[in-house]
Amino acid sequence: MEAGRGVRLPLAWLVVLPFFLYAFAFMFLPAGKVLFGAFQDADGGFTLANLEEITNEPYRTSFKTSIEVSLVTALLGGALGFLIAYSTIRDGTPRWIRSAFTTFSGVAANFAGIPLAAAFIATAGTIGIVTQFLAGHGYNPYEHGFTLFSKTGVELVYLYFQIPLMILVIAPAIDGLKQEWREAAANLGATPRQFWRHVGLPVLTPSLLGAVVLLFGNSFAAYATAYALTGGSVPLVPITIGFYLSGDVLSNPHLSHALALGMFVVLAVMMAIYVPLQRISSRWVK
Amino acid sequence: MAFVELRSLRREFGETVALDGIDLSLEQGEFLSLLGPSGCGKTTALRIVAGFDRPDAGTVLVGGKDMTRIPPNKRDMGMVFQAYSLFPNMTAERNVEFGLKIRGLHTSNRRGKVEELLELVGLGHARKRYPHQLSGGMQQRVALARALAIEPRVLLLDEPLSALDAKVRVQLREEIRRIQSRLGITTIYVTHDQEEALSISDRVAVLSQGHIEQVGPPGEIYDDPATPFVADFVGTMNRLEGTVEGDGIVAYGETRLAIAAARGRAQGERVMVLVRPETVELGPTNGDGTSSTITGEIISHTFLGANMRLKIAGATSDLTADVPASRAGAYPVGMRVQAHFPGETARVLTLEELPAPAPVDH
Amino acid sequence: MRRRFSWGAGLWLFIGAAYFLIPLVATLLFSLKSNETGQCCSLSSYGEILHDPAFWKTLRLSLILAVETIVIALVLLIPTVYCVHLKLPRLRPVIGFLALIPFVVPPIILVVGLLDVFKGSPSWFYAEPYGFLVGAYVILAFPYIYFALDAGFRAIDVHTLTEASQNLGANWRTTLFSVILPNIRAAALAGAFLTLAIVMGEFTIASLATFDTFPIYLQYINQNKAYPAAAVTLIAFAITWGAMLSLLLVGRDRAVQLGGAK
Repeated sequence: MEAGRGVRLPLAWLVVLPFFLYAFAFMFLPAGKVLFGAFQDADGGFTLANLEEITNEPYRTSFKTSIEVSLVTALLGGALGFLIAYSTIRDGTPRWIRSAFTTFSGVAANFAGIPLAAAFIATAGTIGIVTQFLAGHGYNPYEHGFTLFSKTGVELVYLYFQIPLMILVIAPAIDGLKQEWREAAANLGATPRQFWRHVGLPVLTPSLLGAVVLLFGNSFAAYATAYALTGGSVPLVPITIGFYLSGDVLSNPHLSHALALGMFVVLAVMMAIYVPLQRISSRWVK
Repeated sequence: MAFVELRSLRREFGETVALDGIDLSLEQGEFLSLLGPSGCGKTTALRIVAGFDRPDAGTVLVGGKDMTRIPPNKRDMGMVFQAYSLFPNMTAERNVEFGLKIRGLHTSNRRGKVEELLELVGLGHARKRYPHQLSGGMQQRVALARALAIEPRVLLLDEPLSALDAKVRVQLREEIRRIQSRLGITTIYVTHDQEEALSISDRVAVLSQGHIEQVGPPGEIYDDPATPFVADFVGTMNRLEGTVEGDGIVAYGETRLAIAAARGRAQGERVMVLVRPETVELGPTNGDGTSSTITGEIISHTFLGANMRLKIAGATSDLTADVPASRAGAYPVGMRVQAHFPGETARVLTLEELPAPAPVDH
Repeated sequence: MRRRFSWGAGLWLFIGAAYFLIPLVATLLFSLKSNETGQCCSLSSYGEILHDPAFWKTLRLSLILAVETIVIALVLLIPTVYCVHLKLPRLRPVIGFLALIPFVVPPIILVVGLLDVFKGSPSWFYAEPYGFLVGAYVILAFPYIYFALDAGFRAIDVHTLTEASQNLGANWRTTLFSVILPNIRAAALAGAFLTLAIVMGEFTIASLATFDTFPIYLQYINQNKAYPAAAVTLIAFAITWGAMLSLLLVGRDRAVQLGGAK
């Protein structure tokens, strides 16, 4: 080690310092405040009362609904996203179809929030284009129990960014299915179904699971779309937290912290499952 | 009767003709290599035999039965791909077992066969390992065992050694041959490496641009190339262009060469004389009329291990001579020498439309 | 293997295309309905939006915030990622881990904490979107910019370039600006366009911290005016499209990543 080295190393640390300071101030500090705040009472003392409170109604319903919506959109979005992605990639499909879907998925995955809610209101709201079209042909869905401004409506709208997210995430994994495996399987006597059963799906499983988990987290954390769509009438954890911040409820502010902690735990579990799955899938699909 | 027959196989990809109506037949138990540069059609031919591609015209027959329309999973052939063909989610053992499982063999029957095959390829100890835990050479051995497990009637290998290190390649190719011999499976082996093809095959088919240039045992391909392409592609060859001047005499520039193979050719015919570098000797002529002599200056030395390759600038073109490395010191660069080669062993080809020599790796 | 086009695949593609396109077409039709008759076809909704000063004011604000976020994020991250790749490779997994935190601490949680932490800070920061909001947005953008830059740096041989530059006599500044930056331009631009899309669509923090950005305006219209809501939605969609297309032109075969308000 030359003498010069000893002088250089601290310089590199100095350069990266601003970033870490920033991350601390704007990420760790706020996150810490929230997560620790969950254990504080109005006077600042330690308490588990907040955590206990969020296991009661109405928060229980919020968590239940959030988990339900996330599960449905993750599984449904995952399945549909996979089928669509595979259909665009497989051999018989013209190349341009794949590009079109990929580009669109990139846009659609970012289209969430207010505009998406507005678009669906224009489509399937009470005087939406599709609603009126169906009503004109004798079947008005709103007279048969359907409404966009419900849990089902939220799920329907969420799929609009869940499916593209799935397409974008799973496409590289499908690409990673080597042609040679399929041919080798056929050569050894397997039908296409046998190939998928013994090789294709097993190899894809870590990626599929990881993607579904990602979709779950994505849906669970979503706020703007549901807010714009339902105005808060559907009980979801982010919406409930939002109510607290807008000053809608007067009680203990630390309750919102507890809710946030609950969310964080769910999302952290999701991450803990996702990261090892990523590692496995990248090992097989080299 | 031929066991495997390819009849007039034709395959086009848009404007390109990958296979120009080739005919080939193999006896049962034969090891035939398809040899040629990239793009010559050898892999296309193999894939058609395997069923992964359909020819535009022509048929594939195995044991007299037309296979052309039969899907790949019903052809009872074993294939070893160039790389990446092992199923990553299965251990070596399960990979080898796969074909047997598909065929519905009971677990107890499968176990014994799998063990036997893994031992055969020398990987009994690695049977519980996953592909990503195996080296390239080991992966290809497993791939071979897997293909053999189903006791195929035909074994197909698509450049199985190209992705491996040189030393492993030599070792593995001999093992492949040994196993094939022992089991007596009819085998088609695709490669672009002529040394590989010549060292392990019963017969070699040299392909270029979709058609077969020559088929024959390795010795014949090497010593008796039928076309300039084969002469160029297989081994190193001196190509001397000249004109037939008399009975067995070819005029090469200012020199007269006595070439036995030129007898009986028409006066004035333009020919190419093919001479192997190892048959070229340096020194005085022996004056008995059977050796042809070319005079020139040594312009370069290339060390080849056992031999030293000397390039000699003749009047018309350069001549390549291989001398044992130990004697190379006697012929330094710059020295003027007389190079001669025996007139009986040189071959002669008719010069029609001679394509420019393809850049070949020596 | 030559494979035929499968009808099963065709079915899924059709369903996918229909599900994606119908809402867009419906929004377009909806936006063309005139305010008086409730029927097609009139551009009055578009006119209403484009003549609304609030539209331009909030759009301008959001664009400025986006640019500010991009600049700050790049200034923070480019030297950091460069140093990590060059001298501190052990930090790479650390930052990679940090980049996952915004997924576990999404905007809805982050805003709670941020409001709490910066409650007492001076008003030129706390009450200004250019301060507080951008502060938050940089964190939202950080994972996307980081992954883009990281990929960009991995694609070039940082060590060799830097050493060659120094060998030829350049100082750090020249090396950074003349050698390194031009080579990660595409990655930086990709990250920038993603950030643009994110900031232009971010609602959660802006709303709960009571700032008046473009998505807030969108929600206002959404709640109060049916047909113009569709019009402004398409305008917003066009902007997002524009950003993504630019991203594609810049990124070419880089995998598209994801962001945006949810």
